[in-house]
Amino acid sequence: MSKALVSYLLSLADNNLILGHRTSEWCGHGPILEQDIAITNMALDCIGQARNFYQYAAELIGNNTTEDSLAYLRDTTDFTNCLLVELPNGDWAQTVLRHFLFSTYQYYLYQQLQNTSNPQLAAITEKGLKEMAYHVRWSSEWVIRLGDGTEESKDRILQALDTVWGYTGELFQPADFDLKAQQEGWGADLLLVKRNWDEKIKAVFEEATIPMPATTWMHAGGKQGKHTEHLGFILAEMQFLQRAYPNSEW
Amino acid sequence: MSDSEKAGTTQANGAWPLWEIFIRSRQGLDHKHVGSLHAADAQMAIENARDVYTRRMEGISIWVVESKYIHASNPSEASALYDPADDKAYRHPTFYHLPDELKHM
Repeated sequence: MSKALVSYLLSLADNNLILGHRTSEWCGHGPILEQDIAITNMALDCIGQARNFYQYAAELIGNNTTEDSLAYLRDTTDFTNCLLVELPNGDWAQTVLRHFLFSTYQYYLYQQLQNTSNPQLAAITEKGLKEMAYHVRWSSEWVIRLGDGTEESKDRILQALDTVWGYTGELFQPADFDLKAQQEGWGADLLLVKRNWDEKIKAVFEEATIPMPATTWMHAGGKQGKHTEHLGFILAEMQFLQRAYPNSEW
Repeated sequence: MSDSEKAGTTQANGAWPLWEIFIRSRQGLDHKHVGSLHAADAQMAIENARDVYTRRMEGISIWVVESKYIHASNPSEASALYDPADDKAYRHPTFYHLPDELKHM
């Protein structure tokens, strides 16, 4: 039971850490003050959730493992985040669209996990669910405004859709630890997450006057530690300090 | 989202209107003015207010009003508007004796 649980937790943590890191890249560069604050708040939410998962995983792994050693001392092939979260932010349209597609997935995932038989996992996701509710709300409102906005905003959101859509399929492809988790009875049912996700995406795209893309070939590999070229650069920036000056503190 | 919810008229040059923000704290009874921000419409104004003005648990309820709908008295007319009330003691309810049994008045 422990091994699958640790892998499951690390994947949840990695998704949130990488998305939080990407989102934080907007700090100081937001299109307008209020949005700069909004998006950095959300980056902090993601990192906070990542910390909860890492702390729990570190407990289980033992052997002096900490949330910091998990976040800062693992290499790209050890990270099992999905590819969607490591994609570059692109412009504002790409950022909000990617955030919408991922947050909606994580919202429905947490909705199931808050009722899991594992009390600590249930507690973490119950708390995270409230934050995700806001992430979904905020990002969907932006997708609607950009989609049903000006000619330029529509252009940009369609471009963004082109770029990120092919990375959404991976979210619902169960990895080994997902299958184990389901077998053991405490994991989430990704098929059910997908059904809810499809419905929500469809509804928002309709209001945003964005066409639902035809099912295309989907990228995969993140959950198996096979990443795009982007993750290496992200980790290089994120981990440099801890690796160059081990155990340094503020 | 219906048209009536899309209140907030963007100016001709596309600039977002200014909104005044009022927040009611958890223990409070009234919404207090906390500041202002720009947003394209009411829904966005509420979300921006949530992000900017409730980060440290300042409140649990938000009112947003487009600044152009707030009409204020002219400070230069203050003496004519407010001074006369200053010396009319008979308008204050200070001459009643409240029984001790009335604890909250």
